[in-house]
Amino acid sequence: MSQFTARSVDRRLLMDRSVAGRRAMRLPQPDVPVAPLPGASMLRKELELPELSELELVRYFSLLSQLNFSIDTNFYPLGSCTMKYNPKLNDEMASLPGLSDIHPLQDGATVQGALRIMFELQEALGEITGLPGVCLSPLAGAQGEYAGLLVARAYHRSRNDLKRTVALIPDSAHGTNPASAAMAGLEVVTVPSDKNGNIDVQALRQHVDERTAVFMLTLPSTVGLFDPSILEITKTIHDAGGLVYADGANLNALLGLTRLGDLGFDIAHSNLHKTFSTPHGGGGPGAGPVLVSEALRRFLPTPVVQRADNQYRLAAPADSVGRLNGFHGSFGILVRAYTYIRTMGLEGMRQISENAIINANYIQVRLKSDYDLAFAGRYSMHEVVFSARKQKAKGASALDVAKRLIDYGVHPPTMYFPLIVPEALMVEPTETESKETLDQFIAIMQKIAREAEDTPEVLKSAPHDTPNSRLNEAAAARTPYLRWRRDGVAPAQSSAPAGVDAGDRR
Amino acid sequence: MAAENPKDLKYSKEHEWARVSGGSAVIGITHFAQDSLGDIVYVSIPGVGSNVRQFQKMGEVESVKAVSDLFSPLSGKVVERNEELLKNPETLNKAPFGGGWLIKVHLSDPAEIDNLMDAEAYDRHTADGH
Repeated sequence: MSQFTARSVDRRLLMDRSVAGRRAMRLPQPDVPVAPLPGASMLRKELELPELSELELVRYFSLLSQLNFSIDTNFYPLGSCTMKYNPKLNDEMASLPGLSDIHPLQDGATVQGALRIMFELQEALGEITGLPGVCLSPLAGAQGEYAGLLVARAYHRSRNDLKRTVALIPDSAHGTNPASAAMAGLEVVTVPSDKNGNIDVQALRQHVDERTAVFMLTLPSTVGLFDPSILEITKTIHDAGGLVYADGANLNALLGLTRLGDLGFDIAHSNLHKTFSTPHGGGGPGAGPVLVSEALRRFLPTPVVQRADNQYRLAAPADSVGRLNGFHGSFGILVRAYTYIRTMGLEGMRQISENAIINANYIQVRLKSDYDLAFAGRYSMHEVVFSARKQKAKGASALDVAKRLIDYGVHPPTMYFPLIVPEALMVEPTETESKETLDQFIAIMQKIAREAEDTPEVLKSAPHDTPNSRLNEAAAARTPYLRWRRDGVAPAQSSAPAGVDAGDRR
Repeated sequence: MAAENPKDLKYSKEHEWARVSGGSAVIGITHFAQDSLGDIVYVSIPGVGSNVRQFQKMGEVESVKAVSDLFSPLSGKVVERNEELLKNPETLNKAPFGGGWLIKVHLSDPAEIDNLMDAEAYDRHTADGH
């Protein structure tokens, strides 16, 4: 998949390359008064630093960057993560000096343009989702969830409705949902899915009562399906006095087609790094704005951007749940998302989702005889979930299929999620891929399906053509080997990749 | 690849097994369970002297895929636990019906055994991938 093989990669860490006395740069003359160093007790003598020339340093980091697997180099159908292409224009805008050289503590009067961008992004997200109250400050999707749940709690408290301490969450949910609910002090109760992958509405009714604070739902669901009972679900919760939360991870399927607010959701978060094309997966940071209905706006976190008399200012909502972090969010990421929305236009939003849905269903139709569908007989939304149970019966699991894809230059899809699907492979191509790329992926998946029949051992030992072959994930989790050690000795149970001996590694 | 489910064991829907003898039972997870979990990296089981209840959570097992709850197939007091397993959790993958046993329980209500499946019923239970 790349020009690198196990043999050609120079695995020496920075410290291994160090030669005493080498320098990559000269420190500039100090432009502040010279002050004495703190006492010897505060200085560590044993702290070793690598000494390299600039060229050696550049080679080291350039190599690492080339070992990266990214959307800029390869197809990356990682389900639920929406690994769409990130247009370079986004970065160009975020790099403008007027946006990158400002400070969060600067007087608002001197950064009106930046505040206007934030205000207009709030407005756009509110319009797209039908949830007009927006706070941009959450730094990731999970923090957006946490913020949204704090808003839900604040709402119930404001009504002196103190019994509502239960968060209902489907068994197909992202793991962050129960985690955020627990962090927000709510008790988590799991709601089962039915055999078609929808919420079991009968079971939901049995769980809903005067203790229900919030129902958290991903739409489309984590199995990539639009729940046809959604209006009945939101009504059921509202009738019982609860609120409905939308995990916006799958928002890429809904843009311009329907709005969460119109479906009865009260609160949502949007992962800008998924739907709105900002960097993702090590390229972060993320951003997970929290969005609420008009009635909940006064509980939003601080700050939000308001406009009055054509002036923009940071403000605290009347009954705010407070600050989530030091300033007002990942500003550079907000600029990128704003650029994307302005580039596409609100009218272009619908095209994004339509193409994402068409691409996923094209893959579904072309591959459904090679791999079982998790839920047959239904069209998918923006992602399609297969089950490799047919392959598993022949001896090659979903994991083996995923690892084999790496040999063909494709990033593995999400595996073993959602948990309700055995041997799950969740494929999300996104709208940015061409038909040619999809055809290529389909051909590779068909080839792997044949290999699973004929030569499952090839899958079981994949990947073969990468700098590291199959990793020992259990050992890596149990005894991670994360840093350079002076004695060059790895911990007893080394996480050395299978097939790479110790001499090769250090 | 499907290992036989031993005939002398009783099984729960949640894929635990119990080997009952006299007033006590040795408890573990099935081959099907370990195979679905994937490589197991961590096991948490109750200590000697604690009480477990039938079909209630008694511990956790963490694999490279996910953290899953362990449920006790029977009620009683823990009289022994597999200390070796805590040091070598991979034994659960290698020998789920043998060296990978979890705990030994002194049963408080032997009649509960009737709530469990025999090997044949458990074979049917797992046939459709659940």
